[in-house]
Amino acid sequence: MVDAEAIRSWLSLFAAEVARNRDLLTRLDAAIGDADHGANLDRGTSAAVSALAGDAALSPRTLLKTMGMTLVSSVGGASGPLYGSLFLRMAGSAGGADSLDAPAFAAALRAGLDGVVARGRAQAGDKTMYDALSPACDALDHAVAAGNDLGHALSLATAAADAGRNATIPMLARKGRASYLGERSVGHQDPGATSVALLISTAARALSGDVSQ
Amino acid sequence: MKKLINDPANVLSESLLGVDAAHPELRVDHEHKVIFRGDAPRPGKVGLVSGGGSGHEPLHGGFVGHGMLDAAACGEVFTSPVPDQITAATNGVDGGAGVLHIVKNYTGDVMNFEMAAEMAGATGGAEVVAVVTDDDVAVQDSLYTVGRRGVGVTVLVEKIAGAAAEAERSLSDVAAVARRVNAAGRSMGLALTSCTVPAAGKPTFDLPDDQIEVGIGIHGEPGRTRVPLAPAAEMARMLVDPILDDLEFSGDGVLAFVNGMGGTPLIELYLMYHEVDRLLAKAGVTVTRSLVGSYITSLDMAGCSVTLLKLDDEMLRLWDAPVRTPALRWGL
Repeated sequence: MVDAEAIRSWLSLFAAEVARNRDLLTRLDAAIGDADHGANLDRGTSAAVSALAGDAALSPRTLLKTMGMTLVSSVGGASGPLYGSLFLRMAGSAGGADSLDAPAFAAALRAGLDGVVARGRAQAGDKTMYDALSPACDALDHAVAAGNDLGHALSLATAAADAGRNATIPMLARKGRASYLGERSVGHQDPGATSVALLISTAARALSGDVSQ
Repeated sequence: MKKLINDPANVLSESLLGVDAAHPELRVDHEHKVIFRGDAPRPGKVGLVSGGGSGHEPLHGGFVGHGMLDAAACGEVFTSPVPDQITAATNGVDGGAGVLHIVKNYTGDVMNFEMAAEMAGATGGAEVVAVVTDDDVAVQDSLYTVGRRGVGVTVLVEKIAGAAAEAERSLSDVAAVARRVNAAGRSMGLALTSCTVPAAGKPTFDLPDDQIEVGIGIHGEPGRTRVPLAPAAEMARMLVDPILDDLEFSGDGVLAFVNGMGGTPLIELYLMYHEVDRLLAKAGVTVTRSLVGSYITSLDMAGCSVTLLKLDDEMLRLWDAPVRTPALRWGL
């Protein structure tokens, strides 16, 4: 089961991976955007980790909400509202439960995806974070429905997110600053899809141990 | 990277300390990184709020003052301000007549201003109307993309809508004026060099000495095409032709605005203005007002943009109205 401690360790691990990949994310963004994705997301996730450390709350919902609110108020750019909406919708989906089983976690991530779509109006193939997050949700739903435990289901979701991230390389950007490049956006990996792949892989690492049926 | 900075992480907050010290007529909220008119909020006057990523100075903070903006929310370099900042700006200029948000059409700016407006609506705050600027002809507009970028015309919208607000016109009136200016303006820019974001420490893109980027935005995002460096007369044509192809400018008087990107000296901007003026004369476009200088910049990028605005009588009158801000000042 995914309880508050599991959520806390997932979000800390995500923040650590964002920090470790800060330069990569910024470099990818420099190619087709404005060279700030790594710096902005790192600023937000660092602030969120501090906020979570001071948050004695014991439910997944409150932690996810603190994460979302902190990202909205500290990241800026498009990533702040998009990642913020993702976590706020996850918090809403988690409800008052003390812990989430695999179907509940999958449903929360799906709600997060819906939040991203509502805020950013992205569709499949636009070369955005959606292109990694949506296949990850599909894989997670499918694996959970097939009876896999959350750890295994998240490892399948990680593979799907990574494949979705890689698939953004040949895409022509239709959203965000990369869209201004037209054909010149082709051949570059989307930085938002790259950070989403980190989000999913850290979930697999942090949540698998905590979920043994 | 050679810059006049102490620490890349503190560029914005330390620059705002300087704004505060240099301009006693303004008030700076350092916590939210918002620059206010000293006398905001003014009862009965529509409050004008703009904002965006920093690095485009004097836009927007340099345009806060009489006859222009009431507040500017300053995001990190090239990063939209967050909703909290926009909300602080909105509440601080709400004089009871509503608040106009002037937003450049970038995904992040639009989302953060939308979230702030939703919060104002949800908490019974000021009535907020947003006008989004999108004048950059370098971007193909289509249903499937995010649309054109807001660039040079944003300065003209802030001035002209600011004059309308100063005349105590209603929120819907001021918004309508702002939208009319945006609809009647077009811009195109080119870069001679990249810019260097302080936090990144090195140029955003590589541009060889003999090449220029045409169709750039204001965030160091690469342009649509890269071509060999050419004489100014030819570069002026690369900027003016796509604008004239996009909108009919003959007939009414036109405001011609040659803008520096931050790293280009005024002597070159005036040389470019001469080339632009000649091309417009040849195309039968009558220039009745001009603006030459670095007003919407991209840090230390060298290059320029051209903005043309078809002026109707009302816009002309509002353009000529008195303004007193750090970066634009006349008639007072």
